Amino acid sequence: MTSAGLLVMLLSVGTVVILFSWCIWKVLTTPQETEKIHGTEFETPDIESDK
Amino acid sequence: MSQKKEAWGSRLGVIMAVAGSAVGLGNFLRFPGLAAQYGGGAFMLAYAISFLIIGLPIGWAEWAMGRYAGQLGYNSAPGAFAAIMRNRWAKFIGIIGVIVPVVIYLYYVIIESWCIGYAVNFWSGNLHLKDATETVGYFAKFTGATGDAAAMSFSGDVALPWLLGVFVFNFYLIYRGLSGGIEKMCKIGMPLLIVLALLLLGRVLTLGAPDASRPHDNVVNGLGYLWNPTKVQVVKAQPGPDDKPREVVGAAAIESAKSEVAASGGTLVLREVGVFEQLANPSLWLAAAGQIFFSLSVGFGVIIVYASYMKKNDDVVLSGLTASSANEFCEVALGGLITVPAAVAFLGVAGVAGQAGVGLGFKILPLVFSKMPAGAFFGGAFFFMLFLAAVTSSISMLQPGIAFVEEALNVGRRASVTILGLLTTFGTGFVLYFTGDLKALDTLDFWVGTFLIFVLATIQIIVFGWKWGIDKGFAELHQGAAIRVPWIFRPIIKWICPAFLLFIFAMWLLKEIFGFDLATGAAGPVSYYVTDLFGDKASKAAQLSVALVMAIFVFFGLMTGRSQAYARAEKGLPKHD
Repeated sequence: MTSAGLLVMLLSVGTVVILFSWCIWKVLTTPQETEKIHGTEFETPDIESDK
Repeated sequence: MSQKKEAWGSRLGVIMAVAGSAVGLGNFLRFPGLAAQYGGGAFMLAYAISFLIIGLPIGWAEWAMGRYAGQLGYNSAPGAFAAIMRNRWAKFIGIIGVIVPVVIYLYYVIIESWCIGYAVNFWSGNLHLKDATETVGYFAKFTGATGDAAAMSFSGDVALPWLLGVFVFNFYLIYRGLSGGIEKMCKIGMPLLIVLALLLLGRVLTLGAPDASRPHDNVVNGLGYLWNPTKVQVVKAQPGPDDKPREVVGAAAIESAKSEVAASGGTLVLREVGVFEQLANPSLWLAAAGQIFFSLSVGFGVIIVYASYMKKNDDVVLSGLTASSANEFCEVALGGLITVPAAVAFLGVAGVAGQAGVGLGFKILPLVFSKMPAGAFFGGAFFFMLFLAAVTSSISMLQPGIAFVEEALNVGRRASVTILGLLTTFGTGFVLYFTGDLKALDTLDFWVGTFLIFVLATIQIIVFGWKWGIDKGFAELHQGAAIRVPWIFRPIIKWICPAFLLFIFAMWLLKEIFGFDLATGAAGPVSYYVTDLFGDKASKAAQLSVALVMAIFVFFGLMTGRSQAYARAEKGLPKHD
């Protein structure tokens, strides 16, 4: 592995680690934020339609 | 104190659930292969640019348009397109947003079943592979690639029983909801996936050079193969059409190659390919952009549907950024460091070159695990990790179809799940039957999993930036958001993203459909994806696969055309008075 390769790897990995960590920090430190963010995983309200 | 801890655990759980939904097979199978194939440094530059000008903007556009449509009561892509574009054809364009996830599900669930099948077979000690021939043979038998209907038998070393289990599991989760079961699946699955990935990463990075007689084949050179910005290749001085460059990595290997070139009497030359030369190859940009689409699920029609269930003041900006960053973390920091270095350490650069995606994951890595101490455990852990990544994605692929059937036919969820269950059972059975050379899977992945995704993503960003307008779009985005989207994304969304998409789409058509060599400009043979459909070389499986997609399109089109809800949507009216 060349030093340029090492630099590319550290920059790439470092950037995504910092970005994800910042998002976690932002979500955890913003009041009520965990109630306002969603992914594509939650139970959709139409599940209730047949209950 | 305990309440505070519980609150933090619960909040972290929410982040894990968001992250879990974003992570999929593309992170651990597709990305490492592409990065290695196109040269780490150059590929990462194109990948980072694609993330900034395609991935984030289209993702945010989908979140914002979906939530807007949801406020009017529309939860499907046709409803969202009709409500935003307000013309009679918009709902039919929106059908692409239903076709893409439904059709991708048909083959994604099969790959998911390979993952759990391989995991269990590793853990139960049934996978002992001695060489590449055995590994490739096992894969062909397991998947049924040896011929049509070859995977249709009840045996642990073929896909069918695993597929049945995975299929029922997915629909059970989506049908019952399981009182938060889908979210629980992500909240438990995501930390488990990260733990397994870190365990594998630790094992891979401490492999060193497993075979002392071949010191060049080591983890450091594996990392170099993946990340070095400049490639060093041994090429023939006058290469023939079938002669491909042989890449060499590591100081000792390069010295050895220099000696080989010197002794060749001028028939071989050593060549360095720099970053800018690699970036001049449009195929690299196509690969980077395609990976961003596939990995972030933009242009899939999934985000727009889930966003439609959000409340008016929910945060779409941070939701999109958190999901994207979690995905990038798993892809670059975990996927990028595990697969290729392990394969190079055991098989050398020559053994890995040319293998990407499914080939790398299912034909190369099982051999690597078979050669590794405690390989049965680590092999099982790797494929179980892939299964976890896949199952959270496949569940979310069903919701766009369910929401569409509910809305178009005005039926409840159970009826909708039943209709979609019948359709996907038939479709998955079709893909499982036509497994010869994996033709049906490959054809659907190309025309739907690549072509239609490009089309949908391009339409979405144009609708957001031009039909809706940047000011209205950003106002919608910032509603309830904890952070503001930087101003630079205004020109990116309006001009740069659509122009870039149209450019790479044109390049993609030229290369993949019409066979032009984009590096040299020379005309080549038309892609086999086209000749599979027309002419003397046509494949029945490929033709039927495309016919299946068109039949689904017509079926959905009839449902859309008769829908009362979409008639209201195109007038800008809410779904209910």
